[in-house]
Amino acid sequence: MNTEALIATRKGLFKLDKHSKLELIAFEGVPVSMILASRHYDTWYAALDHGHFGVKLHRSDDAGESWKEVSAPAYPKAEEGASLELIWSLQYASDGNPLSLWAGTIPGGLFYSADGGENWSLNESLWSLKREQKWFGGGYDNPGIHSICVDPDNNNYLTLGISVAGVYVSTDGGDNWQNKSSGMRAEYMPPDKQFDSVGQDPHKLMVAPSDGNRLWAQHHNGIFISSDGSGSWSEVKDVKPSVFGFALAVHPHNADTAWFVPAVKDECRVPVDGKMVVTRTRDGGLTFETLDSGLPQNSYDLVYRHGLDIDHSGEKLIMGSTTGNAWLSRDQGDNWLLLSNYLPPVYAVKFL
Amino acid sequence: MPSVVFTGNLKRHIECPTEQVTAKTVRDSLFKVFENNKKLKDYVLDDQDRLRQHVLVLVDGIAINDRVTLSDPVCADSEVYVLQALSGG
Repeated sequence: MNTEALIATRKGLFKLDKHSKLELIAFEGVPVSMILASRHYDTWYAALDHGHFGVKLHRSDDAGESWKEVSAPAYPKAEEGASLELIWSLQYASDGNPLSLWAGTIPGGLFYSADGGENWSLNESLWSLKREQKWFGGGYDNPGIHSICVDPDNNNYLTLGISVAGVYVSTDGGDNWQNKSSGMRAEYMPPDKQFDSVGQDPHKLMVAPSDGNRLWAQHHNGIFISSDGSGSWSEVKDVKPSVFGFALAVHPHNADTAWFVPAVKDECRVPVDGKMVVTRTRDGGLTFETLDSGLPQNSYDLVYRHGLDIDHSGEKLIMGSTTGNAWLSRDQGDNWLLLSNYLPPVYAVKFL
Repeated sequence: MPSVVFTGNLKRHIECPTEQVTAKTVRDSLFKVFENNKKLKDYVLDDQDRLRQHVLVLVDGIAINDRVTLSDPVCADSEVYVLQALSGG
């Protein structure tokens, strides 16, 4: 198996091999909104957005050699009931069983499958919160779940990032949920609502793999960090060139080290002064380095929230942009190797 | 018997040959086809069994009126044609 990483794009699924060669492996011409794969399993998933014909889920049982359509999550039938608009996140739900699966969707439902996507159930307790708390869309018409973090030591401990609602935690496998966004600030809300827990827009959320108490969030208007398991959040300010962005990567063995890909701001989603950079902190957000070696300095690239990933060693990073550029770094972002200028817009990247 | 015809663009993703069915409405026509092809239903209808927003159904060349419950009538010799709305790439 020579797959190093997968790249999900607007027009198909690509593989990056160990020799840094890119190849289309499936779904030519079809938008692939999300990919789930692991070096530990041969069972991988690809979520498709056919547009006219709806959202589909495909599973591979042979590490991407072949794919078959399984069932996409479906919302229960109800008067004025919802319909699936996008699979925005996928996560293995229990260690050692790649058929156990979470899916986060637009319009805001979390689904669970115990059988590799053959059958799905909507998490009703979270769905009822969506209605009670009046979650709303950010970028899309309806709210969506883009980040699903499963505690590796306790698979019943779940942390979600939801746009626009905030950070949600369940300690009992999804039976009960609590908003855990205290300390986040929503600049776009009226002044007296900016610190409300519901109404926060984390663009990407990660629990540090090496420390379950350390969480990072690239939020709509800034970077936030928690050191007490999302009990409280602190804003990381004065990051140059900008605190706006979507993507986030956290070092697998060092919870203080994280990467971001800044853009000007929400209404101008381009690199600051056209200079594409990655920012890196190694001290929990106290200081940041600006990394640009190998990145274009006259650019309109934007990296979506799933467009940056780090490998299991913590040395390699992969990044893909809406312009269809993709880069690989083998030295934690110090230098970037251009993989292609000619990909379709990149939705998600995933190291094996 | 009415016939149900699917656009070639859909055949790219899933098997959907033309079928003759016994039916009096668009809904009956489509669900007769879906009985033996459950996945096809999800390409044409949404989670609430409404016609997908960017799918069109023509009966004898005329777009149906009822995209929610699919109650438009079909005749014995009708052609029910399922196609996608056109959009850019």
